[in-house]
Amino acid sequence: MTGHTVSAFDDDLKFIKRKITEMGGRAESMVEQAIAALIKGDHALAESVIAQDIILDNLQFELDERVIIVIAKRQPMAADLREIIGALRMGSDLERVGDMGKNIAKRAKEITEFTHPKKLVRGLEHLTSLALEQLKDALDAYVNKDEAKAELVLSRDDAIDQVYTSLFRELLTYMMEDPRNITFCTQLLFCAKNIERIGDHATNLAEIIRYIVTGKSELSKHGTRPE
Amino acid sequence: MNMMSETQTEALLSKYSDGQPAIKMRGRDVDVFYGTKQALFGVNLDINENEVTALIGPSGCGKSTFLRCLNRMNDTIDICSVRGEITLDNEDIYDPKIDVVELRARVGMVFQKPNPFPKSIFENVAYGPRIHGLARNKSALEEIVVNSLQKAGLFEEVKDRLNEPGTGLSGGQQQRLCIARAIAVSPEVILMDEPCSALDPIATAKVEELISELRANYTIVIVTHSMQQAARVSQKTAMFHLGNLIEYNDTDIIFTNPGNQKTQDYITGRFG
Repeated sequence: MTGHTVSAFDDDLKFIKRKITEMGGRAESMVEQAIAALIKGDHALAESVIAQDIILDNLQFELDERVIIVIAKRQPMAADLREIIGALRMGSDLERVGDMGKNIAKRAKEITEFTHPKKLVRGLEHLTSLALEQLKDALDAYVNKDEAKAELVLSRDDAIDQVYTSLFRELLTYMMEDPRNITFCTQLLFCAKNIERIGDHATNLAEIIRYIVTGKSELSKHGTRPE
Repeated sequence: MNMMSETQTEALLSKYSDGQPAIKMRGRDVDVFYGTKQALFGVNLDINENEVTALIGPSGCGKSTFLRCLNRMNDTIDICSVRGEITLDNEDIYDPKIDVVELRARVGMVFQKPNPFPKSIFENVAYGPRIHGLARNKSALEEIVVNSLQKAGLFEEVKDRLNEPGTGLSGGQQQRLCIARAIAVSPEVILMDEPCSALDPIATAKVEELISELRANYTIVIVTHSMQQAARVSQKTAMFHLGNLIEYNDTDIIFTNPGNQKTQDYITGRFG
């Protein structure tokens, strides 16, 4: 698409796009580090993740401010309007992903006195890598306005749910085997739930990206939001 | 029982079938020439009854030209010729049998710059009904004037000075006076050519509010350069470019997800 006659409008859109990618990168690395802190029992790393949350919040604040100014000053239309409203919504999803990372980091600080069973760690790592891949692909789809990639993300959400369910069952088994496992298994269960939620946020992002690129949303296509 | 003519039947059918708005005016293959220069190229456009249709596009795209075809205002330009078909209630308005004065009473017009007659506020509104013989007596005429001023949302502001000159009103009031003048002859369609471009935002808001109210009783076609205004007041939007109608759709769709790249570029401010 060619540039706006008012070139400052293009600068605004670039700024907004940069904020989203910065937020995406930050949220991604927070989750990665939080899981690493959890698995290695690394308190310092967990602390650092918790401290990063404010950076992400600030990015979202800057994004929101600029979006509000752009709406007030430029009354965006059509593709611009979708881009800007989409960015606003993506910002809140990414901020939530950061919160999930922070939450995992907090739990990582709580559970360090035990050695995790290998199988659980592998399951958690697998779940994390799936969720992060979803997040990364959603962000790639955003940067490249790639509808096909957004659809791919949407199609893969079930895989995460399946891994989460099997991890949930395993955790239950451990708890039933030995009540002393209950505390840390519960913490891990919350972490797993958080990661599964990150996958949901990634699909939200993909839906928003599809809307930005095509102007179509599920509601307008089917009349009602799918179950 | 009288048999309905085919056109009447068609009009009724189009009015009551499947909840779609009836088509009040219809343009088919409309070409317009100014001398040898072609200004419109085969425009096909339906104007729905009791809806506001916005015509948008860059300067010189033909939107005002099309608007002026709808009540044959282009007849007043010697070198202008119109080809194709334009109908009002399925009647060809370019048919030689059509009385142009009567047509312009049915299809009224409001211009960019408020242009009240150099007469009193009362006379500005009374002029049309009087020459068209719409009032039997003085009190009937007064009723039409008051009614029209009320519908135009101006009556409260001018009721104590109906005999003062219309030109003494503010720009926004003058424009509403012109709208009252248009309404006074009970038109079916009101054409507006950038009715707010000479008005401040408050006067603009009043005219826009008025447009929304008038829609219940009239069919409105508006040419505007303000994208926001088109988005706010209209139900349908038609985008013109270089004399062609390049996109026509629900206003909500045009301004969120237009199908044509040129429309997209124009409404987002990317036009070269």
